[in-house]
Amino acid sequence: MDNARIDRIIDKHQGEASSLIQVLLEIQSENHWLPKEALERVSEKLQVPLTRIRHIATFYKTFSLIPKGRHEIHVCTGSSCHVRGATRLLDTVQDLIGIRPGETSSDLRFSLETGNCLGCCALGPEIVVDGKHHSKIAPDNVEDVLKDYD
Amino acid sequence: MPRINSATELEELRKGILSKRDPNKPCIAICAGTGCLALGNDRVISAFEEEVKKQTLEAKVDIRATGCHGFCEKGPNIIIYPEEICYIEVTPEDVPEIVSQTVLGKEVIDRLIYTDPNTGEKAAHQSEIPFYKNQMRHLIGNNSKIDPKSIDEYLALGGYSALSKSLFEMSPEQVLEEIKKANLRGRGGGGFPAGLKWETARNAPGEEKYVIVNGHEGEPGAFMDRALFTGNPHSVLEGLIIGAYAIGSHQGFIYTRHDSPQLRNNIAVALTQAEEYGLLGENILGSGFNFNVEVHLDIGIFVSGESSALMRSIEGKNPEPRPKYIRTSVSGIWEKPSNLNNVETWANVPQIINRGSEWYTSIGTERSKGTKLISLSGNIVNTGVVEVPFGTTLREIVYDIGGGIPNGKKLKAVHFGGPMGGSIPESLLDTPLDFDELAKLGAPIGAGGMFVLDEDTNMVDVTRFFLNFLTNESCGKCVPCREGIRQMLKIVTNISEGKGREGDIELLEEISEVAGAASLCALGKTASDPLLSTLRYFRDEYEANIKEKKCRA
Amino acid sequence: MSEILLQIDGREVEARKGMTILEAAQSAGIFIPTLCHHEKLEAYGACRICTVEVEARGRKNLVAACVYPVEQNLVVRTRSEKIDRIRKMILELLLAHAPDAFALQDLAKEYGADKDRFEKEASFCIHCGLCVRYCAEVKKKNAVGFVDRGTRREISFIPEIASKECWNCKECFPLCPTEALQAAFVLTKALFSP
Ligand SMILES: Cc1cc2nc3c(=O)[nH]c(=O)nc-3n(C[C@H](O)[C@H](O)[C@H](O)COP(=O)(O)O)c2cc1C
Ligand code: SF4
Ligand code: FES
Ligand code: FES
Repeated sequence: MDNARIDRIIDKHQGEASSLIQVLLEIQSENHWLPKEALERVSEKLQVPLTRIRHIATFYKTFSLIPKGRHEIHVCTGSSCHVRGATRLLDTVQDLIGIRPGETSSDLRFSLETGNCLGCCALGPEIVVDGKHHSKIAPDNVEDVLKDYD
Repeated sequence: MPRINSATELEELRKGILSKRDPNKPCIAICAGTGCLALGNDRVISAFEEEVKKQTLEAKVDIRATGCHGFCEKGPNIIIYPEEICYIEVTPEDVPEIVSQTVLGKEVIDRLIYTDPNTGEKAAHQSEIPFYKNQMRHLIGNNSKIDPKSIDEYLALGGYSALSKSLFEMSPEQVLEEIKKANLRGRGGGGFPAGLKWETARNAPGEEKYVIVNGHEGEPGAFMDRALFTGNPHSVLEGLIIGAYAIGSHQGFIYTRHDSPQLRNNIAVALTQAEEYGLLGENILGSGFNFNVEVHLDIGIFVSGESSALMRSIEGKNPEPRPKYIRTSVSGIWEKPSNLNNVETWANVPQIINRGSEWYTSIGTERSKGTKLISLSGNIVNTGVVEVPFGTTLREIVYDIGGGIPNGKKLKAVHFGGPMGGSIPESLLDTPLDFDELAKLGAPIGAGGMFVLDEDTNMVDVTRFFLNFLTNESCGKCVPCREGIRQMLKIVTNISEGKGREGDIELLEEISEVAGAASLCALGKTASDPLLSTLRYFRDEYEANIKEKKCRA
Repeated sequence: MSEILLQIDGREVEARKGMTILEAAQSAGIFIPTLCHHEKLEAYGACRICTVEVEARGRKNLVAACVYPVEQNLVVRTRSEKIDRIRKMILELLLAHAPDAFALQDLAKEYGADKDRFEKEASFCIHCGLCVRYCAEVKKKNAVGFVDRGTRREISFIPEIASKECWNCKECFPLCPTEALQAAFVLTKALFSP
């Protein structure tokens, strides 16, 4: 991500330090992760110490300091999905793609996240791949779903 | 859009909108809530648009993409007005038939209506379906009647009349008095009287004051704020503006999740439209009152919804709770008086102003007034958003509205308040929904997530789930919370894996006493509540796990 | 500045408006233990070892003495069975991470804390934030900060800044109640100078 793009985002928020979180959110959503250089640029432009930026960037699950895979898998581990079998579902996904939550596979094919309730408890247990919901899914069907993403 | 400059002009505009409407014109309300969209309702919406075009019915039929109807379990949902016919689990393939047979032919399609799994009875209309008919849907009921992106539809339902009434017929003191008399209690968890909080902020010294919507909704299994805010953003906004008027604030913040595009867009559109009409901004409705709103997108973690953490996040600082013994309503954002209320709390305000505190207090129990939104989830037949008057028993919610427990299982407990709440055993299911009654049982109502657990649930595992959740969703700043949760989770995990030891329960109780007494914020203070409530009602499960060294996870 | 009268452990104590209970107690020579407090730094309120009992307008409450502002007629108790229990537990929880820290051992003796109560997980840091706050508030260098949240929270240096600033400063080192800081710093240096 080049400085021009970062500057554009910062300028949109009038370069105010109080917009730090909004700026980081926008960089994350454009770039899918927060490179070190980007954080340094934000620190310099907003005049916010890097320590504070790094704390925020690691505080929120939304932010990633490492590149994400081409496809983001999200397994809902909220309370309702939990009692409906999310743990087994997560185990299956982990076994299939060989990474744990928060990680990205070495071929950059998948990133895996667990998350709290997405507000779709009626569909649980579910996994969401690149924003598409696969609802009331049984562990046996996970392989079928994932094979469409490469 | 023309700017509205007086109360009269607002009523004229409303009349104009209503006169252009034909109450008998068919309207297909398609749920575009999170659940139904995830189930493919976007395709159903396109299919309707195409079909209507194909049959050149654009002038004769309205299509409306709405917020969540509540019955997420049976999505994709649609409702056909004016008959209020509900079709469930609709697919794009059903669309041509629906248009020809139901919209034009006024005939009900049997296969698409709700069948009660217990009685086999069919129900075509909203007023006959048990899930809907046992509720009192003052807030969420409007979701299916409006397009959230259209301020005119909100106006058609009487929207912004409460704002106009407040500005032109009432003084700020009178508005405040009305809210106090209504005994509106905060819906975000604490149940604190909104009127008293407003009064504190109003009386706090300083010219600059802020009002804030807490739309964080971090409790797992809670999705009613999102449903209401996405489906009817103007109702929250109207409440906020009225509150600002009563408190004497000219700047508001909407703090909400960044992870739902519909929510984000609908709020943005609502703000723009309200501004264009002059319902927001300078000199609102020509009254001389100024009020602006800024949206702060966030998701943060569970603790971010706590008031002082939320306010720090709005300041752009690290969203950690602050160790202050001064209320945020006196010293909040940038040390200015800042009045924070939950989405649902704000949405209650317009109806209180319109219909009066006397009407409002006629609903509910002695000390909990009005209705409450509930997110039903877990082992329940009908997952969804429910609205009931306070005083409804938990049994009625689980069985009459929720349809009971799936797969013929028995109910074991209902859990309220997520990671800061507690479980109520089946034997106490006739308890009425009430802030104080539930708190007495050790299961405060929280934000309104009602998590239903069947007989197969191991309560030690439920406790472990919530503790584990908090290790990753607290800020980690203060010792009793961070270290207390860490150790409690270890011990509970050991117990659930059959590695528990004599004395573990007592140690858990000791840690929770310290975390409860000495933590910095309410998260740490209540982090052990799920543990304490399961120890209160299901102690035998812990003891059995320890004695029999059984792994029950 | 207006004078405020309050009672600490049965003694009348005079204080100025804006003072905390801790400051008022210290000025009267009454000892309240602290781990995350430093007079040059903004109150932080994280370790909670300074928890005391206050009684104001008929209501009793447990509060952190280092943050709670004095009020007229406030009644403060710095020791009680409950307060001692809280301090003992806090110490035991921390000793799992830093069993050899002198600051903790002295207090552990006073409160009867058992350093083996919880399984050792020696990370050495007790998250008092003294280094982080000193570097930010006093030195304004921001070479060290917190990262992550919940039970995974820890301190971490920014190597680029640390390599420039820390060598000639190291003022935060003696503030650390455990050996965590040195460990983290040495680690950073090792990583940074190949
Ligand atoms: C850890 C924690 C998380 C919270 N999360 C929320 C939340 O997601 N939404 C909310 O409205 N209130 C939340 N609250 C409560 C708020 O601090 C605050 O009391 C509330 O927003 C006030 O509004 P009300 O009086 O209208 O309920 C949370 C509190 C704590 C301690
Ligand atoms: S109680 Fe927990 S969440 Fe609250 S300030 Fe302390 S560590 Fe953070
Ligand atoms: S999302 Fe459609 S009914 Fe809830
Ligand atoms: S000294 Fe008060 S909380 Fe640490």
